[in-house]
Amino acid sequence: MTTGPVAELRDLRFAYRTGREVLDLPALDVAPGERLFLHGPSGSGKTTLLGLLAGVLTPRAGTVRLLGTEISALGGGARDRFRAAHLGYVFQMFNLIPYLSVRDNITLPCRISAVRRARAGDPAAQARQLADRLEIGALLDEPVTALSVGQQQRVAVARALIGAPELVVCDEPTSALDADRRDRFLALLFARVQEAGSALVFVSHDLALAGRFDRTVALGALNRAAGVSDPDAAPLGGAPAGAA
Amino acid sequence: MLVPALAWRSLRNRALLSALTVLSIALSVALLVGIEHVRLGVRESFAGTIKGTDLIVGARGGTTQVLLSTVFGMSTPTGSVSWATYQRWTAHPAVRWTIPYALGDAHRGYRVIGTTADFFTRYRFRDRHVTFAAGRAPTTDREIAVGADVAARLGYAVGSAVTIAHGVAAVSFAEHTAHPFVVTGVIARTFTPIDRALYTTLEGLTAMHEAEAQSGGLMMGPPPTAADSGPAPITAFLVGTRNRFETLRLQREMNEDRTEPLTAIIPGVALAQLWQTIGSAEVGLRVVATLTLLVGMLGMCVALYASLESRRREMAILRAVGAGPRTIVALLVLESTLLALLGAAAGVALVYAGIAGARGLVEARFGLALTIHPLTAVEWAYLAAVVVAGALVGLLPAWRAYRASLADGLAPKL
Repeated sequence: MTTGPVAELRDLRFAYRTGREVLDLPALDVAPGERLFLHGPSGSGKTTLLGLLAGVLTPRAGTVRLLGTEISALGGGARDRFRAAHLGYVFQMFNLIPYLSVRDNITLPCRISAVRRARAGDPAAQARQLADRLEIGALLDEPVTALSVGQQQRVAVARALIGAPELVVCDEPTSALDADRRDRFLALLFARVQEAGSALVFVSHDLALAGRFDRTVALGALNRAAGVSDPDAAPLGGAPAGAA
Repeated sequence: MLVPALAWRSLRNRALLSALTVLSIALSVALLVGIEHVRLGVRESFAGTIKGTDLIVGARGGTTQVLLSTVFGMSTPTGSVSWATYQRWTAHPAVRWTIPYALGDAHRGYRVIGTTADFFTRYRFRDRHVTFAAGRAPTTDREIAVGADVAARLGYAVGSAVTIAHGVAAVSFAEHTAHPFVVTGVIARTFTPIDRALYTTLEGLTAMHEAEAQSGGLMMGPPPTAADSGPAPITAFLVGTRNRFETLRLQREMNEDRTEPLTAIIPGVALAQLWQTIGSAEVGLRVVATLTLLVGMLGMCVALYASLESRRREMAILRAVGAGPRTIVALLVLESTLLALLGAAAGVALVYAGIAGARGLVEARFGLALTIHPLTAVEWAYLAAVVVAGALVGLLPAWRAYRASLADGLAPKL
């Protein structure tokens, strides 16, 4: 599994509506254990790319290969199972199911995927261990609504890393944090990713962070789709709407 | 199971909204089931206007007329039945008891019925006998008992003097002033036509008519007999049989007897026939109940739909950790089904609690005997419809969420 690239994207094309292509990407690889910084300003197609990478969206053309499996050719159910087993995902904000405790939020992937559960061994024990190392050990039984944004993001990291998936995708996870908390968050994230041996794809428009990663890719330069304007960018970049 | 656990916690998390939704469904279910219970109660009360009597026998005439004139004090009697015939049937081996009814006189618009002591011991309505709120049954030809409405409207109590008019009009020029009666008893409220009648002895009516004849008054109505066959003729009589299985045979025997043409009716059958014709109000009740249910379901749909917008982020999170769109549909449908189930159960509980708490009051005030009975087939059908509708109502937002979770990818447009 660790011999080839974790992710292999080839000649990807995607459009939400016919005739309005938002992504045209010739090639992108992620090596095992690699920390990739994907620089994606608003409108560069980053949300679309992440959707394709996670197998939630299917490309119009081209292939998405994860761990040697061409997920873009799988059926919906198989893609969902693959994602549950091999991918961790951290959103920009509002990462948590509001009616579950911190512990249940962290162990959620283990309840959906038998693969993740098996690799976590004892999900509850691993949740505790991850929480301790992410400095949220005292919050395990709290309702998620009692948490600060920074704490919520760390719970999301714990959830993404439980059962050590091969690939962790972070979509601007630090954009709501101030500089100090952002640095602390990154340090904790890197340590945990390294521990799990996961590859990390980190999307941000904040180029100041790029120096801490193994490699930086500018999505705006990579994406050949003409006149791209990410339809999802505006609301995500603006003031957050009320969460559930 | 993940989905039931999520659904339950999600509902608990939005406890207030869930509770309000359950409450609105419970109220419409309670109204629906409650109306059905009341409908059955009304029907049972109507059917209970007369109980324990196997046959009502009058002069040859229509079934409804015999029933109306005897039990409901409406319409005119079909004619008279001679005392000899009455005696003959009373002695019939299949007959356990009889109650004679002599109708034809009135007191200020209320009917006066001449009967015997058997009326007060044998006559039954719903599951009870005639009892007295004050006083006792009349025993002599000067005594009379009054129904609850008569006592209340005319201000009668034990000891009041009553003169009877011939005929049933409220204003009559032919008052039997020569033979006044005294009230010996006020009958406890029955919520049947008994409340609007006066009861005296057969001897009382006979004595009154004789006194009238001697004083040279008007001669009308039940003709005084030629003193050959004892007391005056009656207009009807009620029959209790020794063996209820013989009722049909006895009925046929009476109807076919050629000595004196009679019509014998089975009260339960005649009441059911009458209810058929006047029971169309039931349809109205059902329409109201169904509309109520529709409003309740609409409320649930609105509540689910409103919560959906705020839950698109939750759906995206579930998708991101690998839950399929089907999981999301199952979650939402299960939630709405649970709400409908809880609402239905709470509604039924509400009805039972309401009946348990209010049945005494309702019976005392309206004479409506509400009973806590197991749910009828119709009520089960209502409940099934509520739960199925709940699932369907959940399907609409679930379908939207399904479509959205496919189209939104991982970044829902909030």
